[in-house]
Amino acid sequence: MPYALNVNGKSYSVDVDGDIPLLWVVRDVIGLTGTKFGCGIAMCGACTVHLSGQAVRSCITPVEDAANFDITTIEALGDAELGARVQKAWLEEEVVQCGYCQSGQIMSAAALLALNSKPTDEDIDSVMAGNICRCGTYPRIRSAIKLASSREG
Amino acid sequence: MNVRLLKVLVLAVASLGVGLATFSLGSSGIADTSQGTPDPARRLKSVSEFQSIADAGTRSRALFVEAAKVITDPRCINCHPMNRQPTQGDSMHPHVPLMNAGGGAGPGIGPDGLMCSACHRAENSPAIPGSRVGSVPGNAHWSLAPVSMGWQKQTLGYICRQLKDPTRNGNRSLTQIHRHTIEDHLVGWAWHPGEGRRPAPGTQEEFSALIGAWIETGAECPS
Ligand code: FES
Ligand code: FES
Repeated sequence: MPYALNVNGKSYSVDVDGDIPLLWVVRDVIGLTGTKFGCGIAMCGACTVHLSGQAVRSCITPVEDAANFDITTIEALGDAELGARVQKAWLEEEVVQCGYCQSGQIMSAAALLALNSKPTDEDIDSVMAGNICRCGTYPRIRSAIKLASSREG
Repeated sequence: MNVRLLKVLVLAVASLGVGLATFSLGSSGIADTSQGTPDPARRLKSVSEFQSIADAGTRSRALFVEAAKVITDPRCINCHPMNRQPTQGDSMHPHVPLMNAGGGAGPGIGPDGLMCSACHRAENSPAIPGSRVGSVPGNAHWSLAPVSMGWQKQTLGYICRQLKDPTRNGNRSLTQIHRHTIEDHLVGWAWHPGEGRRPAPGTQEEFSALIGAWIETGAECPS
């Protein structure tokens, strides 16, 4: 059945089964491929998007569950001051290696900083433990989060 | 073929070498037993089966011990740890990924930026084909029990006294405790835990009846 979705400030009507994960709708129906598939079982964080500002794993979020929220993906994160600040810190710290996990990492980092503008190392660990990076960029992720935090406007 | 299944298969194949193989979950695995027909060894005795115990206090304690088969079942006790970290599966291994649910005096709903609801949505997720996880469990009230309601590695006597103590049970009367076992949606989840997870013993109705009879007989606690 058709679902009305608000993705990155635009309205979409998607005609899909309600239990299809939001990830597939965002990637394959709407065509925003910045959000990645890693595990499909809520274990890696690669598919992280925001539902009304809260980080969620889109691989296990049924599209019918997402229809009531404002959905933000990595493509539009930089439209907001905080998102742009996080992405700039990411570039300056040269966090990315292969890049596959990074849109999920950045979405989680932005969700953290939105609610906790001065996170401790422990706060960062608690939130970012859900995002796996096979390239092991964790120290640079932490540095970038701290850099973004230090520039809070 | 179901479109969702097809997607998962195609992407799972496509991502070999991209990442999936690196997310090995270790030998403990994540999911445990699958849901099937109820195991007779996991039934709950009915209240009437305790009528032959003449002494009310002894009967009360026996009723609690029976009800505690549910309370100490992994479907319940995994989210009643003594710290802020839930456990998972019938082996009660630490939650993967590491989760520090926060809260304390109240329920834990995850740290700012990674709430429980990032993964645990309002309903159990549909089955995940080919995955040991089976499904990701969900409930609108998904949360970790407050510190005062920690049960893991505690005796039945400790758990029983905690349940009765308004300073540690959310300021509930025994009547409210009974109603909680009948009506609470998250309590009810234990018998509807989603694909890949064994339900708590018996039924919610049988469990509530045992708790009700335990209260009627004086809510006595095992030592
Ligand atoms: S793809 Fe969703 S958590 Fe891994
Ligand atoms: S940068 Fe390669 S997986 Fe994280």
